[in-house]
Amino acid sequence: MSFGTICLQLAGGMLTTIQIFVLTLVFSLPLGLFLALGRLSKNPVLRNVVRVYNSVLRGTPLMLQLLVVYFGPYYLFGISLSPNYRGTAVIIAFALNYAAYFAEIYRSGIASMPKGQYEAAEVLGYSKSRTFMTIILPQVMKRVLPSITNEVITLVKDTSLAFSIAYAEMFTEAKAIAASQRSMVPFVAAAIFYYIFNAIVAGVMDLLEKKMSYYQVE
Amino acid sequence: MNVLDMQHVKKSFGGVPVLKDIHLSVDEGEVLSIIGPSGSGKSTLLRCAAFLETMDDGEMSYLGQKIVSSENGKAVYIPRKDQKKAREAFGLVFQNFNLFPHFTVLRNITDAPIWVQKRDKEEVISEAEELLKKMGLEGRENAYPCELSGGQKQRVGIARALAMKPKILYFDEPTSALDPEMTLEILKVIKELAAEKMTMVIVTHEMTFARDVSDRMVFMDQGLIVEEGKPEELFASENERTKAFLGKYSELK
Repeated sequence: MSFGTICLQLAGGMLTTIQIFVLTLVFSLPLGLFLALGRLSKNPVLRNVVRVYNSVLRGTPLMLQLLVVYFGPYYLFGISLSPNYRGTAVIIAFALNYAAYFAEIYRSGIASMPKGQYEAAEVLGYSKSRTFMTIILPQVMKRVLPSITNEVITLVKDTSLAFSIAYAEMFTEAKAIAASQRSMVPFVAAAIFYYIFNAIVAGVMDLLEKKMSYYQVE
Repeated sequence: MNVLDMQHVKKSFGGVPVLKDIHLSVDEGEVLSIIGPSGSGKSTLLRCAAFLETMDDGEMSYLGQKIVSSENGKAVYIPRKDQKKAREAFGLVFQNFNLFPHFTVLRNITDAPIWVQKRDKEEVISEAEELLKKMGLEGRENAYPCELSGGQKQRVGIARALAMKPKILYFDEPTSALDPEMTLEILKVIKELAAEKMTMVIVTHEMTFARDVSDRMVFMDQGLIVEEGKPEELFASENERTKAFLGKYSELK
């Protein structure tokens, strides 16, 4: 089997991998923000629930969490889900896990904002929500972008964990082809794909950082 | 009429009293300076007036409206929704400027009048441009705070406060973060505002300036008002503590 044929066979898996990546970010980035707000809430119950959530999700393997999300409904509640549930399970597990990481990043970003920004906004009569959305959050985003980039790059590689529930993303397919063809070539193709994917991601994040460099945070 | 009236103000931080029974009232058109050593409570007093600190006990009125009353030795604030008029009555200029770094100079000045006061956008912008001209910052509308010098930042801070059309303007050590040259720029601006009869309360360490610009000066020490009066009265004071503080200052000259 030629390199080109292998790449063609992997193409479908690549699209699935990109899909996991995009959907995970779409759900986990906002969810992380809500978790961060919960973590900084004045309500001690909410604060501690989120703290434990973040601690568990960051303290146990993503692969294990994925298996729990995929097999949990059947083992725990006897609910049989169709094999199509695989893709959903991957997104749920990834989004829940990455939200915990993003939450801690946002939290540190919000906590690092100088008190004077809140005070200036208060004296000018801004509501709490407007202060957060227009004064605090944009500056927090700029501050945390490098840490977000780190997580996003890890996510590109973590998508391969979906193979543990046999979800047909690229790595799962590369493994299957490698086994049937007794060849390393599919792995090489996969490695090149992840590398290029990440180079693009890093480039985009770099562009975002440059876009936000028109001002300096105090 | 008193724009601001504070009576029996008490405030402690972690059991340490910072303000012990302070009285302060400011008339319309009056320029009042608060001087005193570091830790004397001057900034805390100003921050109580600006709602940035909650007083433990005492009374406060803005433009005749009672905002805080004392009940059983505790300060009771009227509901937040009723504080609107009082909160719009004052503007505050910070020691560290606290400009919004991600907004342009123009947006720093116009954002609150447009979005908080819901005033006409065109009108607010043209007023902001007037203010910038007055502050000597013509043409810097689209600059970001990080492109400005400290003195320019503080002038934007003053313009931002003025754009809200406050009845009274507070300065919390407006020149403490600036070098002597920039300090002069800011003092000049404040003097111009005084000439326009802007009501102001200025917490400052600039004694000569305070003497020149103020109608009345308050000397605070250890959470108490030691003495207050016309600048010339304070500088000629026989009070030991006032003499010690201002004396040290005049020895320098």
